[in-house]
Amino acid sequence: MWAVLILTSVLALATKLAGHYIPGRWLSNPRLQRINALIPIALLSALVVAESVTNKTKLVIDHRLAGVAVALVALFAKMPFPVVVISAVTTSALIYHLH
Amino acid sequence: MLKVDRKVLRYSLSVSVTVGLYGIAFGAASVAAGFSVLQSCLFSLLTFTGASQFAAVGVVASGGTAAAAISAATLLGTRNALYGMQMAPLLKNRGLNKLIAAHITIDESTGVALSQVEFGNASMRQGFWLTGVGVFVFWNLFTLLGALGAKQLGTPASWGLDAGVPAAFLGLLWLRLTSNFLRYVAATAMIFTVLVTPWLPSGLPIISATAVAIAFGWTDRRSEQ
Repeated sequence: MWAVLILTSVLALATKLAGHYIPGRWLSNPRLQRINALIPIALLSALVVAESVTNKTKLVIDHRLAGVAVALVALFAKMPFPVVVISAVTTSALIYHLH
Repeated sequence: MLKVDRKVLRYSLSVSVTVGLYGIAFGAASVAAGFSVLQSCLFSLLTFTGASQFAAVGVVASGGTAAAAISAATLLGTRNALYGMQMAPLLKNRGLNKLIAAHITIDESTGVALSQVEFGNASMRQGFWLTGVGVFVFWNLFTLLGALGAKQLGTPASWGLDAGVPAAFLGLLWLRLTSNFLRYVAATAMIFTVLVTPWLPSGLPIISATAVAIAFGWTDRRSEQ
């Protein structure tokens, strides 16, 4: 746990510092910029899936997916962020206990 | 920095408080993943880049290795380097100030700075510093509250906290899906993750979704903004 915390923090700061010291033209390659812009989208998408329907290496459908489905509805309804998370949490807890 | 523009200050504050609220979700997610309250707070103080923090604790929560957690978090943080390249010529800081500026180079500080472009460099600099420091204060404060709250609640699943994490990711993702092309990339990455999950050690499906970003970024010009 400490290794994750410390190395993530060191690498995060190193990345930020690199940006402040490297001249901008080094990364002006449009292909690199396109990929960089898409990385957060691909990773966040993967994280949503990993956290809602997987357990280790198995695909599992349980209370979490129900919560995320409700969050999706809340997002479509343009609800603010706290409402999105709370609606997911409440739904998931309800189903967990009813099950 | 002598005179603080009230308009910039108000804008920075509202961004800081709103984004800071995500800190509650992070603190709760971190504790739910098995980190202590102290570790959760150190994440927000030292890593201080939201999506990466969520990724690190998310991979740990889903049973991934430390290496998988660190690499997912670091890949998510690469955009901060691009922000730094844009901000460095504007800020012209040296020494310790440069280090602090780098630490608060995140989506929000860069975003507010760029939004002030029509008001000149001084307003941009104020936007950067006020937002960076403001988000830092609220993000850390709310992380502590979220971590303490989750610790009081106990078993994450019985309070639905294990669904709160993917819901928070979905919320972060939602903000970025500003075109049909980006929605298409997100859907592809989701399907990709489902397909590779049974075949890869846990944690790796998340990092391997980078392949989707590379595939689309390599060939398709629609991802240009």
